[in-house]
Amino acid sequence: MTKPRLATVWLDGCSGCHMSFLDMDERLLDLAAMADIVYSPLVDVKEYPPDVDVCLVEGAVSSEDDLHKIRLVRERTRTLVSFGDCAVTANVPSLRNPIGTAPLLERAYLENVTLNPRIPLDVVPALLPTSRPVHDVVDVDVFLPGCPPSADLIFRTVVDLVEGRVPDTTGARFGR
Amino acid sequence: MPGRRLPDGACGGAGMTVHTLRIDGHDCAAADGQTILSVARENGIPIPTMCHLDGLSDTGGCRMCVVEVAGSAKLTPACTTTVVEGMDVTTASDELVEYRRTIVEMMYLERNHICSICVANNHCELQDRAEQLGVQHFELPVINPQVGIDATHPLFAIDHNRCIMCTRCVRVCAEVEGAHTWGVMGSGLDERVVTDMGTPWGESPTCTSCGKCVQVCPTGALFEKGRAVAEGSKERRPFLPYLSRFDDEATR
Repeated sequence: MTKPRLATVWLDGCSGCHMSFLDMDERLLDLAAMADIVYSPLVDVKEYPPDVDVCLVEGAVSSEDDLHKIRLVRERTRTLVSFGDCAVTANVPSLRNPIGTAPLLERAYLENVTLNPRIPLDVVPALLPTSRPVHDVVDVDVFLPGCPPSADLIFRTVVDLVEGRVPDTTGARFGR
Repeated sequence: MPGRRLPDGACGGAGMTVHTLRIDGHDCAAADGQTILSVARENGIPIPTMCHLDGLSDTGGCRMCVVEVAGSAKLTPACTTTVVEGMDVTTASDELVEYRRTIVEMMYLERNHICSICVANNHCELQDRAEQLGVQHFELPVINPQVGIDATHPLFAIDHNRCIMCTRCVRVCAEVEGAHTWGVMGSGLDERVVTDMGTPWGESPTCTSCGKCVQVCPTGALFEKGRAVAEGSKERRPFLPYLSRFDDEATR
């Protein structure tokens, strides 16, 4: 029997949720026995593969690149998990939303700069007008708030999902 | 029982009237003039609240404590509704829980609440209510308004991004401190709590710097300067022994 295919994706977040994922410590071995990790910032695969069973998405949708990625991920994933506060509410990245993109970039790249003030236009993807929660852009199956969600909660949720159960996310909450 | 409303003159008086009513199927006895909330708490029936604080007057503003009363098509705030003989109250139907979840959601989305960087992280009644009601994401549209901060006071500051307009600060300032510094200005999305009709807090001629407003704030909107993220614990302090936070009861 083939193992369920698990992926994790990192959009506009601080990687703290992935750090919490690593905090599962020795349970990562249990997880590796239960599922194949087919794509993640933690493994060396460049392209998001098709036919993924469960994907944890960390981070808000803030740039054209995030938007492109999340649409692809949604298309190729059975169960999409909004993983952590940035994915669920846009959290810290959303601090820029009341300010607007142009004043933000001007402040960061022109006003406060002493050498070659210039707003980067190539190489880095363009910002969207606002940072958005993942479910504002694509359908989401499971919400796992927390900044970050605890390793225990992640383990419990992922095990439920790879074993085909509706996860019990009791105890998940914003912040912390 | 500290939950009793202050203007409660009927209690213990000669010829006191006792009412009987049912709350969630339990038979309860209540003094004339007692609120549904107070009777429910006395009988160990938890009704979530947000703007209510034992020791302050009630306004029924946040609607978190709405209940169903048999025979009435309207939902009724438990904190401002006095009991009537034979009343049949339901406090936690699926519909009520759904309304409360929506209220939590609206409170979050009306301003910019970012728990992870908030001084009140883990000491916040809004965060607690969300957890208690299982609110784990928001479905209403995000507003992200531009909202200011007044940090002109030497000891305290108000971050309107985190204010849910419960008006506890307004009430404690008037009813306990007697300073009447805090008030409310504007309406709808533009509604704000203000000091002295909009004077910067630091220039307020009436503020006594007692800190009661900070103490009763359910979120991180009012905070002591110098406290970092998650350091805004508001454990009961000796100078406010008669004001207890709802948390103490809700999580029991």
